[in-house]
Amino acid sequence: MNHTLLEIQDLHVSVEDREILKGVDLTIHKGEIHVLMGPNGTGKSTLVSTVMGDPRFEITEGRILLEGNDITEEKADVRARKGIFLSFQSPEEIPGITLENFLRTAKGAVEGRAPRVLAFQKDLKTQMKNLDMDPDYAQRYLNVGFSGGEKKKAEILQLMMLQPKLALLDETDSGLDVDAVKTVSNGVKTYHNNKNAVLIITHSAKILEGLDIDYVHVLENGKIVQTGGKELAAEIIEGGFGIREKEAVV
Amino acid sequence: MKVFDSRKTRVEEGDRSIYDIKDKVRSSFEVQSGLTEEIVSQISDEKNDPEWMRTFRQKSLQLYNSIPVPNWGPSLDDLNINDIVTYVRPDTPMRGKWSEVPDDIKNTFERLGIPKAERKSLAGVGAQYDSEVVYHNISAQAAAQGVVYTDMESALTGPYADMVRKHFMKLVPPSDHKFAALHGAVWSGGSFVYVPPGVSVEIPLQSYFRLNAPGAGQFEHTLIIVDEGAYLHFIEGCSAPKYSVANLHAGCVELYVGEGARLRYSTIENWSKNMYNLNTKRARVEKGGTIEWVSGSFGSHISYLYPMSILKGEGSRMEFTGITFAGGGQNLDTGAKVVHAAPHTTSHISTKSISRDGGVSTFRSSVRVMPEATGSKSSVSCESLMLDDQSRSDTIPVMDIQCDEADIGHEAKIGRISEQAVFYLMSRGISEEDAKALIVGGFAEPIAKELPLEYAVEMNNLIHLEMKGSIG
Repeated sequence: MNHTLLEIQDLHVSVEDREILKGVDLTIHKGEIHVLMGPNGTGKSTLVSTVMGDPRFEITEGRILLEGNDITEEKADVRARKGIFLSFQSPEEIPGITLENFLRTAKGAVEGRAPRVLAFQKDLKTQMKNLDMDPDYAQRYLNVGFSGGEKKKAEILQLMMLQPKLALLDETDSGLDVDAVKTVSNGVKTYHNNKNAVLIITHSAKILEGLDIDYVHVLENGKIVQTGGKELAAEIIEGGFGIREKEAVV
Repeated sequence: MKVFDSRKTRVEEGDRSIYDIKDKVRSSFEVQSGLTEEIVSQISDEKNDPEWMRTFRQKSLQLYNSIPVPNWGPSLDDLNINDIVTYVRPDTPMRGKWSEVPDDIKNTFERLGIPKAERKSLAGVGAQYDSEVVYHNISAQAAAQGVVYTDMESALTGPYADMVRKHFMKLVPPSDHKFAALHGAVWSGGSFVYVPPGVSVEIPLQSYFRLNAPGAGQFEHTLIIVDEGAYLHFIEGCSAPKYSVANLHAGCVELYVGEGARLRYSTIENWSKNMYNLNTKRARVEKGGTIEWVSGSFGSHISYLYPMSILKGEGSRMEFTGITFAGGGQNLDTGAKVVHAAPHTTSHISTKSISRDGGVSTFRSSVRVMPEATGSKSSVSCESLMLDDQSRSDTIPVMDIQCDEADIGHEAKIGRISEQAVFYLMSRGISEEDAKALIVGGFAEPIAKELPLEYAVEMNNLIHLEMKGSIG
């Protein structure tokens, strides 16, 4: 049985003729948790946004495969229905649509049929409680007036409700206080199983605590320059990317 | 909303077949196209007008001939009054029982959900088909409270004849503008409502206008008098199938709100896209009274529509909530006017407009504060959403403040659908078309919330209908 979930092959991505990603290769199997690190502006967000299908980014070379199927040309909604999910670094505010109605619409779209009302509401209530979210937020307009931390929790709530195969978390922990990071981290832990996979972009160790990390990748200047185990994340967080660079030079 | 998208996009018009089903034209009497003294006199004969109304019509006709066509708004060059049949009477007298209305007319209203709405949530319903009211009904409860709800023709000769004469076209005189004069000359149908002092009509009254004959004009007159301390919610809906010839709607609405009374007037206009909608609506509010307007404009080729409120009594209030959706070939010039003519009066105007596929939406507001209106407050806010690069949206505010002690605010925002917001929704499995419809629906939501439920549902359906076939 093939456990390969995502394959990124020699991915080159440009924005307005400026090349951001310069040949990224990455394979993620079911059951794995990957961490993506790197200095600001090296293309981490570009990578996950491109995998999600953000039309601002142009793929000039390479392919993206999900469970062996080429999705390079697919639009974001198709990718989402195939099981990819992106937790946005800065989630959009959408006035006039309540969080609950949005989630119901999204779940219906992803699963191909409208969710059953009672089961959905019960599920939503439970997940919100687990994430330590005020149930009133379900009736508020999507992300409108949410604090930075509330927006990130709402992203994880969507992850829990939609149960995708691949979760891409773009700095979901930034802007959160210690307790909130722990809550989010617990959410990811609850979500994760041997049928799905997680890719986490982070600058800190807090969200990784308690998670079973398989691989840590370092992205620099549009390429993955190093891959290691959980210990690599600890080294980088402690010493910064500079130390690693010096070692690389030596 | 943020500006992200500078690509050329175009959003096509969707299917509106429900509204476009044409009935076989059945009428017992039609005047010739065009407008002459003889034609106006024929209308008077046909309607058995009292003498004063005969004179009123002829005087209005003279005014109509002397007043020039307005040249400050969307072009009316293609509207030729000689091509518009002014008076079309359907081949059926008015009914008090729904079952007696002829089948094809009944089916039209059934399709539009009118009698169903009555059964569910209305105190009374009037339905006008072409120039005449074909159905009028009021609940026993409202009637027992002394509420009068009847067609204008009956009101003209019935027990309320004096009241009608005293108020008819006094707020909107035929000299107001060319189409007010036209209305005075050829008006037909519409509703008369009187709510006695202190009576609160708990459930809304509704009238529905349907223009079926091609090249016809609809000139219904709505006169509502809400006496001291009374309350009424009146709902008005309009639609017509699309014909290749232009249709004209030049209705007139006059609302009198008594001391401490409150009137809520909700309208959804969904005329077909060859309609010239030149409608005049005006309210006068006495001391401590409130007028609330809720207005949705979706249809018509060209609209001129600026409901006006005259805050005549101290402490009187007006609230205007409106939405306009202009698609391809549509030039919708809408807005609201208010005159603060007494101390401590307040007005609050809040509108949203959406334009797509080359549609033009213009919002005009006019706030006038008279010298005596000390301590008055007015706020105007207008938000526009353009769905593509071919569409247009303008805001034209006019303020005439003749009083130092007044608090006036104005806010206008124009934006586009953010591509990032569309991507965000798509990343949750929602198709591009649905994502855009959700965003537009969300933009319109504060207005939808103000509409009666079945109209809010209709508005949502219309938005989805209008967004169908949109190209990213």
